[in-house]
Amino acid sequence: MPHTIVTGVIGADTHIVGNRILSMALEDAGYRVVSLGALTPAADFIRAAIETAADAILVSSLYGQGELDCRGFRDLCIEAGLSDILLYVGGNLVVGKQPWDVVERRFLDMGFDRAFPPGTRVEGALAALAADFAARDAKGRASMKAALPGNGRR
Amino acid sequence: MTAALLIDFGSTWTKLRVLDIESGKLLGSAQGPSTVATDVNVGLDAALASLERAMGRLPTFAHRLASSSAAGGLRMVTVGLVRELTAEAARQAALGAGARLVGAFAYRLTARDVGEIEGLAPDILLLCGGTNGGNSEVILHNARALAESALRCPIVVAGNRETTDEIVALLSRDGRTAIGAANVLPALDTLDIEPARAAIRDVFMHRIVKAKGIDRAGARIDGVLMPTPASVLEAARILGDGVDGRAGLGTLVVLDPGGATTDVHSIGSGEPATPGVIRHGLPEPHAKRTVEGDLGMRHNAAAIAAAVGIDALAAAAGVTPQQASAALARIEADVEAIPATDNEARLDDAMVRAAVDIAMTRHAGTVETVYTAQGPVQVQRGKDLSEAAWLIGTGGAIVHARDPAAVLRGACAQPAKAMQLRPRAPRLALDADYLLYAAGLLAQVDPVAAFDCAQRHLRIVE
Repeated sequence: MPHTIVTGVIGADTHIVGNRILSMALEDAGYRVVSLGALTPAADFIRAAIETAADAILVSSLYGQGELDCRGFRDLCIEAGLSDILLYVGGNLVVGKQPWDVVERRFLDMGFDRAFPPGTRVEGALAALAADFAARDAKGRASMKAALPGNGRR
Repeated sequence: MTAALLIDFGSTWTKLRVLDIESGKLLGSAQGPSTVATDVNVGLDAALASLERAMGRLPTFAHRLASSSAAGGLRMVTVGLVRELTAEAARQAALGAGARLVGAFAYRLTARDVGEIEGLAPDILLLCGGTNGGNSEVILHNARALAESALRCPIVVAGNRETTDEIVALLSRDGRTAIGAANVLPALDTLDIEPARAAIRDVFMHRIVKAKGIDRAGARIDGVLMPTPASVLEAARILGDGVDGRAGLGTLVVLDPGGATTDVHSIGSGEPATPGVIRHGLPEPHAKRTVEGDLGMRHNAAAIAAAVGIDALAAAAGVTPQQASAALARIEADVEAIPATDNEARLDDAMVRAAVDIAMTRHAGTVETVYTAQGPVQVQRGKDLSEAAWLIGTGGAIVHARDPAAVLRGACAQPAKAMQLRPRAPRLALDADYLLYAAGLLAQVDPVAAFDCAQRHLRIVE
């Protein structure tokens, strides 16, 4: 079964174009995409991910307020029983000229698995997803082998 | 002339309407007591005797169809996953099927939840959860919890399609009726409640009617097709959307303030009427019914007074707060009382205006301005009914109000409630002969005749 990915633009941000392109590219790559569009509150990402049993949430933010909007996002996921869900964030995440490695660190510390700078091409995000899912699937197989026979849980 | 007999087995009355299928005319009306608790035939016979007196002679009926809101209505419990998503979609499906929702559950059912559901003893349970290809764990967990429970009622399963067969097999293992239907929320942006509604209606027609003893009317009628609120929604739907050969009236709203609840039905897409507005939240049902359990003209009169404030209600009625309280006390003591004095009639008018106003506030969508870095943006939640072409009142409380037009106007857009997407300038009309339910029933066998009857008998008030 294809992996399911939730996409959307977080907070009071209406920049939808990049997110649309990303969602289309994900669909073309064979993922099941649940596209929430612009102006999406953090809680809506979480609700959608629960209902669709999503494997990853890709958060876009382009208006410089991403840091405020994304605070506590991983905590919300943990609270909702999605502790292991893959979380990416990308776009113009902060205002002003700040070094990318500092910005990236800040979002990784918030619990995002990856953060992407402005100007990232969709190929970059697709390659990262493929690598992360492959790593997780390998880990999943290893733990299944370790599990007792008859235990059918994923 | 070809006559159809349409029966409403209500909680207080057994109502009859006779419609002429050829001309769309109302040929006769009558009512008798509600006798579902003992034998429905007694009330039906009394109503038919009264009908015969009114009409002179009973015609031969080509159709004899019934709806029922007796014996507590169709008491339903819904179970979904996320409260705002599949649990809400399940609620919409149940309300659209004409149910009286007695419980709505979300996420994993706990032992306490299951105990509560057993206590509620619903007529039907609607089990949902997960989009197609989405979460399956929770609905499976909930199905197992229900399978192990003492609950014996039929269960309609309309969740993640991957789980449906397994769940139906699991639930029907010990003789319970379980019926699979298409997912109410196949994808987050797609609401598909019609199949679940059809399944609920089917269970109602073939099982609930029997369980409630309404089937004792037996061969005297062709069938008890649906709960009465569903037949009203059906009538609203054919009026708004039209039928083959008849153009519909467009977006419309039906207000039905009753003794125990106030129902609002709207037909229309509810898409933003203003360009550039962004829609948020779950997709809305084209035919939407909301039920306000706290707004009943008789059983919940005190709740209406509490919602408005007794002083404001008294002022709206033009009586003193003492007079209003006295009238309320009389209603509470006897819920079947009809206004005996001028003050009581004024209070009833003020209450129906308040009930309709509040119910419309809850039914209509809202638009909110969100200030973004790119400027203000309008975000809509729920249905935009601002362009509704018709606003129709049904039920005694509106029809017999001293100024029904004023009651209906109270449900329209108001400058002080600019955020609410209420009808701005609809035509106002009354279902003065109380035959929307009858048209909804007739629509099942003859949609054109039903449309003609419903349209012909709308009394236009403005």
